[in-house]
Amino acid sequence: MGFISYINQRKCTTVLQLIAYIKPHWKAALAAIISMLIVVMVDLLLPTLMAKIVDQGIAKSNLDLIIKTGLLMVGVAFVGVVGGIGSTYFASVAAVKFSTDVRTDLFQRVQTFSFDNLDQFKTASLITRLTNDVAQMQNIVMMMLRILIRSPILLVGSLVMAFFINARLALVLLVTVPLLALALRYVIGKGFPLFKKVQQGLDQINTVSRENLAGVRVVKAFARADYEKERFGQKNHQLTAITIKASRTMILIMPLMMLIMNISILAVLWFGGVQVNTGQMMVGQVIAFTNYMTLILFSLTIAGFMLMMVSRAKVSWDRLLEVLKTEADIQDVVRDAILDTLTYAPRNSESLIQEGRVEFENVSFYYQGAAGTPVLQSITFSARPGETVAILGATGAGKSTLINLIPRFYDVSQGRILIDGVDIRQIPLKLLRGKIGLVPQESILFSGSIRENIHWGRVDAPDEEIIEAARAAQAHGFISKLPKGYDTVLGQRAVNLSGGQKQRLTIARALLKKPTILILDDSTSAVDMQTEALIQRALKNHLAHCTTFVVAQRISTVLGADQILVLEDGHMVALGTHAELIKTCPVYQDIYRSQLGKEAV
Amino acid sequence: MNRHSRPGQGTPGLGQGFHRRQGMLSSQEKARDTRGALQRIWIYLKGHALELVLVFLLVVLSTVFSLIGPYLIGMAIDSMGIGAGVVDFPLLAKILVGLLVVYTLGPLMAWLQNYIMAALAHVTIQDMRRDLFGQLQTLPLRFFDQRPRGDIMSRLTNDMDNISSTLNNGVTNIFSSIITVLGALTMMVILSPVLTLISLLVVPPGIVLTQRVATRTRRYFLEQQRELGVLNGYIEEMISGQRVIKAYAREQKVIQDFNEKNTRLKNVGTLAQIFSGLIFPLMNLINNLSFALVAGVGGYMAVKGTISVGMIAAFLNYSKQLARPINDLANQFNLLQSALAGAERIFEVLDESPETTGSVEPPDSVHSPASLNQVTGEVEFRNVSFGYEPGQPVLKNINLKALPGQTIALVGPTGSGKTTVVNLLMRFYDPDNGTILIDGRDIGTIPRAGLRSALGIVLQDTYLFSGTVRENIRYGRLTATDAQVEAAAGMANAAPFIQRLPQGYDTVLSEDGGNLSQGQCQLLAIARAILADPAILILDEATSSVDTRTEMHIQQAIFSLMQGRTSIVIAHRLSTIRGADQILFIKEGEIVEQGTHQELLEARGFYYDLYTSQSRGIKN
Repeated sequence: MGFISYINQRKCTTVLQLIAYIKPHWKAALAAIISMLIVVMVDLLLPTLMAKIVDQGIAKSNLDLIIKTGLLMVGVAFVGVVGGIGSTYFASVAAVKFSTDVRTDLFQRVQTFSFDNLDQFKTASLITRLTNDVAQMQNIVMMMLRILIRSPILLVGSLVMAFFINARLALVLLVTVPLLALALRYVIGKGFPLFKKVQQGLDQINTVSRENLAGVRVVKAFARADYEKERFGQKNHQLTAITIKASRTMILIMPLMMLIMNISILAVLWFGGVQVNTGQMMVGQVIAFTNYMTLILFSLTIAGFMLMMVSRAKVSWDRLLEVLKTEADIQDVVRDAILDTLTYAPRNSESLIQEGRVEFENVSFYYQGAAGTPVLQSITFSARPGETVAILGATGAGKSTLINLIPRFYDVSQGRILIDGVDIRQIPLKLLRGKIGLVPQESILFSGSIRENIHWGRVDAPDEEIIEAARAAQAHGFISKLPKGYDTVLGQRAVNLSGGQKQRLTIARALLKKPTILILDDSTSAVDMQTEALIQRALKNHLAHCTTFVVAQRISTVLGADQILVLEDGHMVALGTHAELIKTCPVYQDIYRSQLGKEAV
Repeated sequence: MNRHSRPGQGTPGLGQGFHRRQGMLSSQEKARDTRGALQRIWIYLKGHALELVLVFLLVVLSTVFSLIGPYLIGMAIDSMGIGAGVVDFPLLAKILVGLLVVYTLGPLMAWLQNYIMAALAHVTIQDMRRDLFGQLQTLPLRFFDQRPRGDIMSRLTNDMDNISSTLNNGVTNIFSSIITVLGALTMMVILSPVLTLISLLVVPPGIVLTQRVATRTRRYFLEQQRELGVLNGYIEEMISGQRVIKAYAREQKVIQDFNEKNTRLKNVGTLAQIFSGLIFPLMNLINNLSFALVAGVGGYMAVKGTISVGMIAAFLNYSKQLARPINDLANQFNLLQSALAGAERIFEVLDESPETTGSVEPPDSVHSPASLNQVTGEVEFRNVSFGYEPGQPVLKNINLKALPGQTIALVGPTGSGKTTVVNLLMRFYDPDNGTILIDGRDIGTIPRAGLRSALGIVLQDTYLFSGTVRENIRYGRLTATDAQVEAAAGMANAAPFIQRLPQGYDTVLSEDGGNLSQGQCQLLAIARAILADPAILILDEATSSVDTRTEMHIQQAIFSLMQGRTSIVIAHRLSTIRGADQILFIKEGEIVEQGTHQELLEARGFYYDLYTSQSRGIKN
């Protein structure tokens, strides 16, 4: 079959990977195929039995044979239903197990991803892959095991039966079937690229819609309704035009195939008539022959549509494989010969990260794929246990990146980071992150109660500690004012809380962890200054022995720090206390002045 | 509402058709008012009435042709007689010519009907999509704040998709299925009433059987959908929160929870799939049984001479034609139902009342910016009260007055209602009580578009659109030249970083400015506002994500922007607030203090506390 190999060539590797996933459930898959064989055999047997009734029963007025054959047909039909149920059962089992496996693998894979991996995929796209794409693949596997398998068997079987009945008449099929295949290939070949464009058009529509929903305030603020309508209208028009073109191409399939098949039925009737006249063939056989031709047409149409679906599914499968094949670029404990000789790696992991001394040694970092320009360059400093290090710098100077290196969300590109003298790449990730409390810039909370959300910090923490942590984060006040207090259920993305409230919850969550190292990534930006001051004071009391890193915008946040690290364009331009920097560092003076006015200096 | 939160549908993917193909999956979705939905769809189709009539004519013709075929084949077979040497070739030739005509015209008409329908369906969808989007543009902010974004998205995409494919195939399919069933049945009765009775014998048990299966299927499918929703929700949340999971090393626990949910889905999903798949072999059984019965009984009758062989063949063909559309119809009706449910959801949005209140206001789309052209910029709030939810006032009796050119700073704890003041001034919401006046004119009487073009706003959360940097800035004033765009970027101090971008001003930003830092997004938003050149400027935490040094650099630009304009500034930072003509301290929705920086410090009230809390930090 020309068109099958045509499509197969492009899919060979993809198909192999698909088979690898079905392999563990090969028993069910095989049972499904065997059951389908039974179904097809029944379908193929019935026309021949019918021919027998006509040619041996009716022609010879053999009532006994007619009744017997009729009963046989009924019996065969029941055998067929057994096969049908079997195929449904086994195909369902195999397909659902398949999708369950794929989903699990995907989810586990994502759990191993580094931030760099996550950046590359984008959250929304990952979610689509795990939900929609997996669901589509399940459907495809299901259909593959039931319908796609059926088509070629039915096709070959019908051809064999046709040749069996009358080889000369079957020559008609030698013309018809390749013609049908060619027609299919032509239409599909034309249709696929169009469908890709349809998908692109749909994506564009979705983008405009999503943007308008997310940016509704901006659109309204600038009174841009007409502009947006125009923009949407354009995309809408494009999509419609290409969709019409695509569906007009695809609707050629059916009439074209019908036409070819109908004309060949005419040929069969004529040449069949000639052969019946000469006695080489019987009427019942002619009937059976046309029946087989209908089956061939049927199997080809189904095959055509299935191939189209499979091709669309390939897009899904490729998207899934992309995730599955992505190696997390952060390995748990790096066993690198060079690292081993450089550092002392203690056997007992319990002794790791006791004090919280953090040292950056000549650390440079660049994002994957971002050619050249380092985000951080040759950063060297050390934070003694219990110290507070503030990191200050302009937007995009690399502050967040710097602190994201400590819990190994990203791995350093050059240099190394030591905690209590051990290279962090040699500390088991779970332990490392277990000792670090990080409050990210973006406050992410999970659906569930406030208590559950703070509990994330330490699963076994008693209620008193939760309240204590909330108090320190200045969250207890607003929580207790909520009707259900700590049991208030937050919706997804915690829409019922203000930005500042969310930030305070995330701080409480980190405090509950009782970390050795605390990292605050601009985590009080949405909190007003009064509250911030209170949080800072509470942190001092709460976590006196904790090494703290604070990324901040406000000078008031960093004033009390033991060390202030000033970053500019990925370089460390100064390191010192406020008193030192205010005298020596022009960048720092600039920042100071920018917030407190000229008279302050 | 719970009907709308169809999990897993928020993420529009490729080929929702795959889901639909399962038919049963959407069976739980039914329109509440089928007739009403149909009537409204009809309004869209009305303009294409002529084409529709043509399509239905073609459907009827092509179906009739496809019904004539088997009869002619039967005649052809009978022309061969039983046994050798009796073939009536002239008759056979005549019949075959007839067949040729029927068999060529049939597919041709089928094609023509689909050809017309394709355009008709998609143009209709285009219209509906346009209307829905247009409606979204006029809806008040309240609508968007109350509804999950995914839900609206799903209406714009999934529901539209549903309607589109139903219009495209479903309608003609249902129609042709009905004609085919009736036609085939008629032909069968004409050919042999006895055989018709016999072949229909298997239908009642078949219906009972499939009904039973369908009931269970529906139950399992509902359960499957529920589990799928739970799992997809979990996936969505956990992947969005992936960074926190890593920070807390919770991967194992999360995977555990996931596996549990995944297994539950597997168990119920297998059952749902098995039962939904059962319909197919059961229908096949019914087909084959009736085939066997007709063959057997027909053979018996042929021997008795009451029917010819050709007519048995024709009869078998008809009974096959009968079975398939019945099969289809059940599916088609499910699709139709879910499409109608989708249509209802779309109409629901279209029926929301747009952003207009009171009869004084001309429609939103009518631009009369001229009415506000000479704005001097006096802003006044008179006894304004407002709550997002009834009974929960966010602002209580607010009075404020900004003279032209003045800067008013709003200060206060988070959640005190500062942003709400802005929301009211922009008429994102309308006050429950009191009036807001610009130049002494109630803003309720000013067309929104005009009002908003007079107001320039830089929001707390900036939003950038996918497109180039240049396009994003130009959003402030669509007619601005490239030079003006760049000048605005320069004033906002955004030019340096833009020039460092790979393609400068032509760098394409991903959705939501994903490839820029928050601070850079803010700079672009400020440039946008500068370009808009409004009479009244609103800065809602505009510089909160910009570091203070950068802020200082743009402060100059902002100050010059504020010259001659009334400005309303919400900020945490004292540096931004200090120079204001009036500082309003808002606490729990009320203005508790009002005055200049100096006055408020002397008053030793809330503002003093706020100010000294920062100074205290400085003294340490």
